[in-house]
Amino acid sequence: MNDFLFVFRNDPAVMSNMSPEALQNSMQKWMDWIGGIAAQGKLVDRGNRLANEGNVVRPSQVVTDGPYIETKESVGGFIMVRAESLDGATEMAKGCPILSNGGNVEVRPIIRM
Amino acid sequence: MENQELIPHLFRTEYRKITAVLSKTFGLAHIEIAQDIASDTFLQASEMWGIKGAPDNPVAWLYTVARNKTLDYLRRDKLFKEKITGKVVRESPMGDELEIDLSTQNITDSQLQMMFAICHPSLPVESQIGLALNVLCGFGISEIAGAFLTNKETINKRLYRAREKLRTEDVKMEFPGETDIESRLDAVLRTLYLLFNEGFYSAGKDITLRKDVCIEAMWLTKMLTENPGTDCPPVNALLALMCFHASRFEARTNPQGETVLYQDQDDSLWDATLICRGEYYLNRASVGQQLSRYHLEAAIGYWHTIKADTPEKWEHILQYYNQLLILEYSPIAALNRTYALAKARSKAEAIREAEKLNLTTNHLYHSLLGELYLGIDEGKALEYFNASLSLAKSKADKRLLMEKIERISEAC
Repeated sequence: MNDFLFVFRNDPAVMSNMSPEALQNSMQKWMDWIGGIAAQGKLVDRGNRLANEGNVVRPSQVVTDGPYIETKESVGGFIMVRAESLDGATEMAKGCPILSNGGNVEVRPIIRM
Repeated sequence: MENQELIPHLFRTEYRKITAVLSKTFGLAHIEIAQDIASDTFLQASEMWGIKGAPDNPVAWLYTVARNKTLDYLRRDKLFKEKITGKVVRESPMGDELEIDLSTQNITDSQLQMMFAICHPSLPVESQIGLALNVLCGFGISEIAGAFLTNKETINKRLYRAREKLRTEDVKMEFPGETDIESRLDAVLRTLYLLFNEGFYSAGKDITLRKDVCIEAMWLTKMLTENPGTDCPPVNALLALMCFHASRFEARTNPQGETVLYQDQDDSLWDATLICRGEYYLNRASVGQQLSRYHLEAAIGYWHTIKADTPEKWEHILQYYNQLLILEYSPIAALNRTYALAKARSKAEAIREAEKLNLTTNHLYHSLLGELYLGIDEGKALEYFNASLSLAKSKADKRLLMEKIERISEAC
């Protein structure tokens, strides 16, 4: 068993354009999906959601607001799971509700220091 | 109340008080002496009251006798007295330099401090539960052995080692300081939770005994809600969850003492008073930001007291199980979540999720899949129930499964 990081990316506009009902519905889908992983005893860290705003510090102390200037994609959150292999983790990620909203999941093995 | 009822009743409530106060007076290292004096007091009560009838104020009588027995003991054993007072005993005829404070306040404080001492992190959880049953609930060795489904010798050894540990770790009877009150209270709650479960879920046949274990766990938790220093939301949530579960006590066994599953229970037997009390404590728990596992389990318990079997009810239960599992994994929560998923959504969806659970050595896993396949594929359901039967350990579980298998086979 190895640990994997799931990084969720999406266009921040998707969430902010949702109606309260759609938000509620989306929330429930997320809970079902993560609950399903937790029910297998494979949730290592429930992770967190990230706010839309943020700063990026670049060389020479240059600060830009937000990481998503060049792209419509922004990291919205992360969780950590346990799986047999990268394939197993990837299979798990295929159930993520973000996929039906135009977002994506990056699956990365964690190398413990 | 007749003597036959009065003494056991008082034993349940007063034994721990006398033991706690004396242990605090002597120091926890001498807990056995405190327990002996408390037991002796009750022995004398049953002898005297049997002949003369109970006194007008039985509790005051018990305290006076306990106090006198203590002073007698100190008079007889001067070395012990020196040890606990740290003073060389003068040639005084009265052994009363030692104050035995039987005020309401000290009784309450001593009991609470005893709870913290017994649930000290240096003790294994099994020992904590054993000590809690023995010292705080006044259960005898054979009763504890009955509750744990083990023999008296094992329990005796366990309690002996636990008391040794209290001595070697120099555990004190005191309230934890501000810095570790949260983690120490957490440990107390976990032990009370397990104590309750021991009574509620154990396969022990003695239903009265199991019920007593539950009631005692509830009393101890209630005591924590009555003390300002420990009256916090998770404590109230735990008590709420106990009330909701206990409300089904009458409904979950039939007159033959066999288990009746939730979906087959006669809901008119659910105890409305306990449900009400559960709601009261759940309200008291619903302040602040903290959402403990007890909050989630109490919420699940609450929805189980709702009689109407609607998808809405099960959707709530499902979402609370999702949160509970995200907070802390347990096989039983995983199985229950999957059952809720079937009720809230569909059996097909629940079967897909169940197959990922990887709990094939757990008989309840096979029972769950059997249940899910009923009405979809009776052959598969039978296979799963048979697999469950081959793994089930308790007689009650086996009987339930055999009945189920018989019923399905007849219908096929």
